[in-house]
Amino acid sequence: MSASAPTLAEIREIPLSERGPAPRNVVVSFGFWLFLLSDIVIFAAMFAAFAVLSHETAGGPSGDDLFDRNRVLLETAILLASSFTCGLMSLAVEQRRLSLVIVWGLVTFLLGATFVGMELSEFHGMIMNGAGPDRSAFLSAFFTLVGTHGLHVTAGLFWLLVMFAQVLTLGFRPMVLRRLRCFSLFWHALDIVWIGVFTIVYLGAH
Amino acid sequence: MLGKLSWAAIPFDQPIPMIASLMVMLTISAVLVLVTWKGWWHYLWSEWITSVDHKRIGVMYVLLALVMLVRGFIDAIMMRSQLALAAGGAQGYLPPEHYNQIFSAHGTIMIFFVAMTFMVGLMNFVVPLQLGIRDVAFPVLNSVSFWLTAAGVLLVNMSLVIGEFARTGWLVYPPLSELAYSPGVGVDYYLWALQISGVGTLLSGINLTTTILKLRAPGMGYMKMPIFCWTALASNLLIVAAFPILTATFAMLLLDRYLGFHFFTNEAGGNAMMYINLIWAWGHPEVYILILPAFGVFSEVIATFSGKPLFGYRSMVIATMAICVLSFMVWLHHFFTMGAGADINGFFGIMTMIIAVPTGVKVFNWLFTLYGGRLRFDAPVYWALGFMVTFVVGGMTGVLLAIPPADFVLHNSLFLVAHFHNVIIGGVLFGAFAGYTFWFPKAFGFKLDERIGKAIFWCWFIGFYLAFMPLYMLGLMGATRRMQHYDVAGWQPLMLVALLGAIIILAGIVLTGVQLVVSIRTREQRRDLTGDPWDGRTLEWSTSSPPPAWNFAILPSVSGIDAHWEAKANHKSSVQDGPDPKSIAVPRNSPIGFVLAFFAVITGFALIWHIWWMAIAGLMGVLMTVLAHAWRVEDEVEYPVGGEMPRAVI
Repeated sequence: MSASAPTLAEIREIPLSERGPAPRNVVVSFGFWLFLLSDIVIFAAMFAAFAVLSHETAGGPSGDDLFDRNRVLLETAILLASSFTCGLMSLAVEQRRLSLVIVWGLVTFLLGATFVGMELSEFHGMIMNGAGPDRSAFLSAFFTLVGTHGLHVTAGLFWLLVMFAQVLTLGFRPMVLRRLRCFSLFWHALDIVWIGVFTIVYLGAH
Repeated sequence: MLGKLSWAAIPFDQPIPMIASLMVMLTISAVLVLVTWKGWWHYLWSEWITSVDHKRIGVMYVLLALVMLVRGFIDAIMMRSQLALAAGGAQGYLPPEHYNQIFSAHGTIMIFFVAMTFMVGLMNFVVPLQLGIRDVAFPVLNSVSFWLTAAGVLLVNMSLVIGEFARTGWLVYPPLSELAYSPGVGVDYYLWALQISGVGTLLSGINLTTTILKLRAPGMGYMKMPIFCWTALASNLLIVAAFPILTATFAMLLLDRYLGFHFFTNEAGGNAMMYINLIWAWGHPEVYILILPAFGVFSEVIATFSGKPLFGYRSMVIATMAICVLSFMVWLHHFFTMGAGADINGFFGIMTMIIAVPTGVKVFNWLFTLYGGRLRFDAPVYWALGFMVTFVVGGMTGVLLAIPPADFVLHNSLFLVAHFHNVIIGGVLFGAFAGYTFWFPKAFGFKLDERIGKAIFWCWFIGFYLAFMPLYMLGLMGATRRMQHYDVAGWQPLMLVALLGAIIILAGIVLTGVQLVVSIRTREQRRDLTGDPWDGRTLEWSTSSPPPAWNFAILPSVSGIDAHWEAKANHKSSVQDGPDPKSIAVPRNSPIGFVLAFFAVITGFALIWHIWWMAIAGLMGVLMTVLAHAWRVEDEVEYPVGGEMPRAVI
């Protein structure tokens, strides 16, 4: 190694894998990606369980009897819209525009909360009609899969509130920026999982 | 107010658990009194409990594993002595419901809290040093992982005193583990302890994978990584991919037990075989999570003590990653008897035999590394050679079991028990001890006693063969696992031989403690002042023993495999060049791991006993701790280089 700092051209000569430890923000994002992958494996296990048990209605109602697809389509649209506004929030973060971050963050929060509210009312209606998770193996798998996703969205909402507080008290320091980035990764990943839920659970209901 | 908890939970009427728990509590109180009397609290708190240094955390993992090895072994010798007695009409001294708890606890503890914990500890300690970096990717998270593991350990041990442990076997198969057939708290202890420690393991897997893939010394491309780092990478990738399945599966069983769901129940369409499939989709990769780092240890040990580069480094890497992928394609061989049909059983049988191929590649690589080397017979080599013989035997009985028709005969027999002990003791445990002996001087600055070390090996080696070869035979004679007594008096002589083997292993465990005490007392004669006591090859030997908090003042620059060996061959004093920096930033200590584990134990205990207010309080504690940590702005401290370091030296 030369004593003087290497130039950019010299660094480019070195293969990516041999350039030494990656910068902090790369490491944090990468670690969070791994976490998301592991989280998706949890969903994969639950999807598998749902696939195995989806016919096991034990004489109770089937998905076709229970689901209101129009309503779920609206839920889906709301969640996808929240992902879009989350993207707008990320752009505002890139520009370090605090007021825009808060505005798009709040819109994201409201859309997410509406989604969770709609899901809860769906669950409530089903349980009131005697189609709770203890009715059949199919309903156990349904409530677990969809409920786990809902729980993730709820955790995301809470995380978003914490991020508001972080931005307002700590400002856009690197630590906060990394966390905002992780939050947006998390939020988009939940969308991807929901696409699977919508397709397999609701559209695939029989 | 206290849910299901009452005085009846404490087994006053059963002498064995009461004496055992009394002993445990006396030991813990004695340790606490000693620490207080010597005034070590401040030191323990600031240098160990809140430490985020990967070396300290690694040492604590290994210590925890050694302590749990004693606990798990006590279970083992109780089982062996019970079976030595309970022949013919005799019932032995352990009633069935107690015996069932013992074999369940033995399996759970040995896999999750000994093998797993030991391997994670070795990887934590060694990987950053071998990569030539200052710490893992997320040092505070690392501390959280360790303490969550410790929380799981605490819950499992609490079941000894308060309530009971699962009586269902170490993987709590439903429907037996469902509320209808296991109404007690035993299964809940199992599930919550493993959920909590499982989160710790997952976080540790993410942490080490990120470390290996994103943080390596300049110049260390993937094909220049030490082989132990490759096996650690494969192992941690498997943790990231497999442990979530365990978490999801246990969550389903918990929902069945707590909220009346029907995932695995007999009624309402539940499917118990789905649990078996899911648990082994985690469980088989888990086998390789344990054994791959052990393969890494043996590769390092054999290359170092042969004084040669590892033979076939590339094929070793390819074999490791092939095993990593294939390990997800063989899970069904754990239950060929499910009745999935000849095609499916045939597929999984063949996959199982295929996975033996990369393992065979490794064995030949080790043999060719030994060939033509100048082998030095230090204690780690004993473990490595003992492993190569023993593991090949275990592997071959495994291939035998991979043949579905043979498996139908041997399923759940003592032959199976002998097989998996053959690979786990002969592979994982020998690897753990090889690594422990090999890296001990790096961790503490002095070598372990060599003669006692070899004696420990012989105890385990001879003890293993005496304890488990009879079980192969008994299995072929028709003895099943998990039996509390048997009618065939002819089995007793072999059971007695097995007990003798267990007693010899006991001697090995006792000697491990003796070795530690003797080595510490004579540490001045056995100091390692060079930092390279074994004439090592990789970067961990290029820094002092024990290394400073920052490992390397200047990150080494690497040009090939065996970076330290090359530096020595080129007569460079060290792979580090350039002037030392004036000060180095290292991660600041944090109590968050300990505090989180504290609340996790409270939450877990409350959920086990249905004390809902306490569970909510515990969860709020977790939440508040995380929030408080989120506002921690300064996460590093600057150390002046060359000044006095607050290092612990025994």
